[in-house]
Amino acid sequence: MTPTGQRSLVLILARDLATSLATPVFVVDEVGDLVFYNEAAGEVFGRPFVEGETMRAEEWGTAFAQTDEDGRPLGPEAIPLWTAFREQRPAHRHLVITGVDGVRRRLSVTAFPLYARADEFVGALAVFWETSGDA
Amino acid sequence: MRLRIWGCRGSLATPGPDTVRYGGNTSCIEVRLADGSLVILDAGTGIRPLGLSLEGSGLRRIDLLITHLHLDHLEGLGFFPPLWDPSIELHIWGPVSPMQSLRERIATYLSPPLFPVHLSDVPSQVVFHDAPDDEVRIGSARVLSQPIIHSGPTVGYRLEEGGRILAYLTDHEPAHGADLRRAAPEWVSGFSIAQGADLLIHDCQYTEEEYPAHVGWGHSSTAHVTDFARMTKVGRLVLFHHDPMHADDELERMVARVRELAGTAFDVDLAREGMEIVLR
Repeated sequence: MTPTGQRSLVLILARDLATSLATPVFVVDEVGDLVFYNEAAGEVFGRPFVEGETMRAEEWGTAFAQTDEDGRPLGPEAIPLWTAFREQRPAHRHLVITGVDGVRRRLSVTAFPLYARADEFVGALAVFWETSGDA
Repeated sequence: MRLRIWGCRGSLATPGPDTVRYGGNTSCIEVRLADGSLVILDAGTGIRPLGLSLEGSGLRRIDLLITHLHLDHLEGLGFFPPLWDPSIELHIWGPVSPMQSLRERIATYLSPPLFPVHLSDVPSQVVFHDAPDDEVRIGSARVLSQPIIHSGPTVGYRLEEGGRILAYLTDHEPAHGADLRRAAPEWVSGFSIAQGADLLIHDCQYTEEEYPAHVGWGHSSTAHVTDFARMTKVGRLVLFHHDPMHADDELERMVARVRELAGTAFDVDLAREGMEIVLR
């Protein structure tokens, strides 16, 4: 958020891009709050995005109930979006998550940090690819 | 704060009998502050006659706030007489680019083959500044800029003086990033620049019928500018950046349409060359 209370233009454009994509996309801001996910991501997550609702990093970091492909539980640091936000670097891995609707899905997730300028971190974006049906 | 519009045409200078009422010069606005300081918004072809009007004024400092580096906002700079006056300190403010400095980008235009003289050979004292993310003071005004949706690095400017606010968003397509009737204000490009402005000078390049063929070109329609002005709760809206394909009669139909859409929410005018506005 800028000093004037407005979202960075990069986040506005990231959200616009996400809105236009059929691929699940999640967007977090510079403090890690989940500020937007698109309709396709709503299906993965198990509930649609509600305007104005944000979720703190500590919440979304555990909301997916993520495991590795063998079913072993993983901490939030295993989520590429967490890495992109916390360490401000790109990340990719395979995960199995359970959305809030209780459905398990096998996913390939890519996340990367968003910089408005070389030194201005404004958030991160993650793309979830469902690699098969139910896990 | 006293304004005079020297150019309000978008994209391309468009002289001729069809544009004589609203003018064919591209973007340039003179802003006189209460302390006598001169701020100029953009350096389209309108800056040439503005520069001529300054001869003998005794000014030593001019601040030129450029929204972006498209030619219609820059092409007049080489013909701005103060640029060639060694006694003038010309402060040029413009958007940050991740690739090149403001000086480098302007030098691309002010150098052969596009221009006969190199920027480095200009006799005035030119000082370059990144458009301010944080508020800065220029003369007696507080100035803020913010990146806005257009093609390429572009900013909008907000000038505050004596409690009056001018917002200038000349090339802007907020509808490209959000549904202006439903989006939360924090998610709308340009909102914090325009919020509560006494005067909003804003892009209105297209009719509602023309816009679908120009999505992503960085400009607004009559409906979008109305929604944006209503959302930002401005006092007065001046439609700016007239499409070079729009003759005077078409522009008058467009302002009538915006007035119809706006109702009594705010005053609406059409920018024209020579128009003067006083904010006091």
